Amino acid sequence: MTGATSPALPTATERRRFGSIAWHVGALLVLAVVLYPVIWVVGASFKPSKDIIASLDLLPADPVRANFSGLADGISGISIGSFFRNSLMYAVLAVAGVVLSSSLTAYAFAKIRFAGRNLLFTLMIGTLLLPYHVLLIPQYVLFRNMELTDTLVPLVAGKFLATEAFFVFLMVQFMRGLPRELDEAAKLDGCGHLRTYWSIVLPLSRPAIITSAIFTFINAWNDFMGPLIYLNTPEKYTVSLGLMMFRDQEGVSNYGSMIAMSLVALVPVIAFFMAFQRYLIDGMATSGLKG
Amino acid sequence: MTLVKEAPVRPAGKRPAAPPAGRRGRRRENLAGYLFMSPWIAGFLLLTAGPMIASLYYAFTSYNLFTPPQWVGLDNFTTMFQDPRWQKSVEVTLEYVVVATPLKLLLALGVALLLAQKRRGQGLYRAAFYMPSLIGASVSVGFVWRALFSDDAVVDRTQKIFGLDVGGWIGNPDYVLYSLVALSIWQFGAPMVIFLAGLKQVPQELYEAAEVDGAGPLRRFWNITLPMISPVLFFNVLLESIHAFQVFGSAYVVSDTRCGPADATLVYTCYLYQKGFKEAQMGFASAMAWTLVIAVALVTAVLFWSQKKWVHYEEAAK
Repeated sequence: MTGATSPALPTATERRRFGSIAWHVGALLVLAVVLYPVIWVVGASFKPSKDIIASLDLLPADPVRANFSGLADGISGISIGSFFRNSLMYAVLAVAGVVLSSSLTAYAFAKIRFAGRNLLFTLMIGTLLLPYHVLLIPQYVLFRNMELTDTLVPLVAGKFLATEAFFVFLMVQFMRGLPRELDEAAKLDGCGHLRTYWSIVLPLSRPAIITSAIFTFINAWNDFMGPLIYLNTPEKYTVSLGLMMFRDQEGVSNYGSMIAMSLVALVPVIAFFMAFQRYLIDGMATSGLKG
Repeated sequence: MTLVKEAPVRPAGKRPAAPPAGRRGRRRENLAGYLFMSPWIAGFLLLTAGPMIASLYYAFTSYNLFTPPQWVGLDNFTTMFQDPRWQKSVEVTLEYVVVATPLKLLLALGVALLLAQKRRGQGLYRAAFYMPSLIGASVSVGFVWRALFSDDAVVDRTQKIFGLDVGGWIGNPDYVLYSLVALSIWQFGAPMVIFLAGLKQVPQELYEAAEVDGAGPLRRFWNITLPMISPVLFFNVLLESIHAFQVFGSAYVVSDTRCGPADATLVYTCYLYQKGFKEAQMGFASAMAWTLVIAVALVTAVLFWSQKKWVHYEEAAK
């Protein structure tokens, strides 16, 4: 243990090399476990249905395309494309809503000094810890009374009203870090808050906005409970509900296609992740440090 | 949409230059603040505060959506506490929270310590380990999990090598909850990233000084790393346990849509969903929701209180 104070050269390099090998072995082991399910689903979607569970080969010896061509028939008369269109619509609206409303709110918290700001900020942070269950039923009653169930409105209304406190918080933290001189200079030049928000703060906050946008997209794409509660006609189903319908109606007879559709449903999320992983991981990291 | 777009137009005003000062300026700042905040304020009143009050009221009523709510006093709560399925859902949820959260955080911390060393490929590993946190909640991964843990699939065959012959976990009421625990642990990447950020903030001088004093790696971890990252650890414990209390999708998708077999994965949210949306017992479901809110608030309060004993906010982050 005291070796570090009087380093003997050969043992030190030896130990370093051993440490390096152990490190890579450990990391690769974790990597194997983490990636196994993902590689499994890729392999399984090219296997004949009967082999998917039974065969232990991760990748099929003779890949078949039948599972994907089977998707062209749709599920119970509804084309697969319909589910993807609905999910895309939901995700795009959610992103637009979150970016617009959260950045406006965050600007107010970060850059405007108004009475009651601290109280409202505390309230907003409080909503972060509130279990959503308590809102589930009354919100459903509300949207039902407004005859808005079976539309996307209940799913995206909250996004346009900045109820995603996590993203507001993320943007507030980011905007607070922007140099104050910039908006003071803008004020001297006669810019009102709207101008300052639109042409100075918003463009500079791009990293926080991209992080929020990607997270929102992925959350909406994956969302299961919201569509499950609010959407009832299969033509309006998102991918999550389409998959569930697939399982309930053809899950046994057409297992391979169900797995293939699961893979297709994952592709947008994984693609976004690969393109923007730095933004996502940094966004997560800062949230923890300042929380 | 139009509401959001148009509302803040006014504070910008046409009045040029003259930086706002005095009472007039302050009033204008207030106006601007509230106009910018208006989407959030509307959302808070309409979608958070209002519904909370409504659901508190429903909790004391019998309400089936079709006839107006009828006041029944504490009936929902007394029926609930005596309901064996409710008790089962509490049991299942507590087991899930108590098993999944520590295991997930332990793995997250362990891997974060590994990745905190500067090695080649570190960034790639970090990205790959984080990915499950993004896809883990999807129905797709739910299906994959169901397949991996069914009879004769990979988990079943692997456990047989170790002499454990219980069949696939999905159909086995004694094991199916652990497949959900495994799914939660698989998503260790999100807390790991937060641990990593915390580890980066620990001043290197501390380690060097300790090494000079002859402290071994275990001592250094216990006396330097752990206290220094305790705020981050606290944040992760709080966030992950609150999330675990609210698990739903994986129970619904991985086991079966009744959260069975034999109610083995009847997590709290799943029972609430059945009561509210399958049986239209909105009053009962609201009583359940408020009970959960109070339970989560208590856990949060205990965590915050315990903070004094083990969380060190010295020259914390920054």
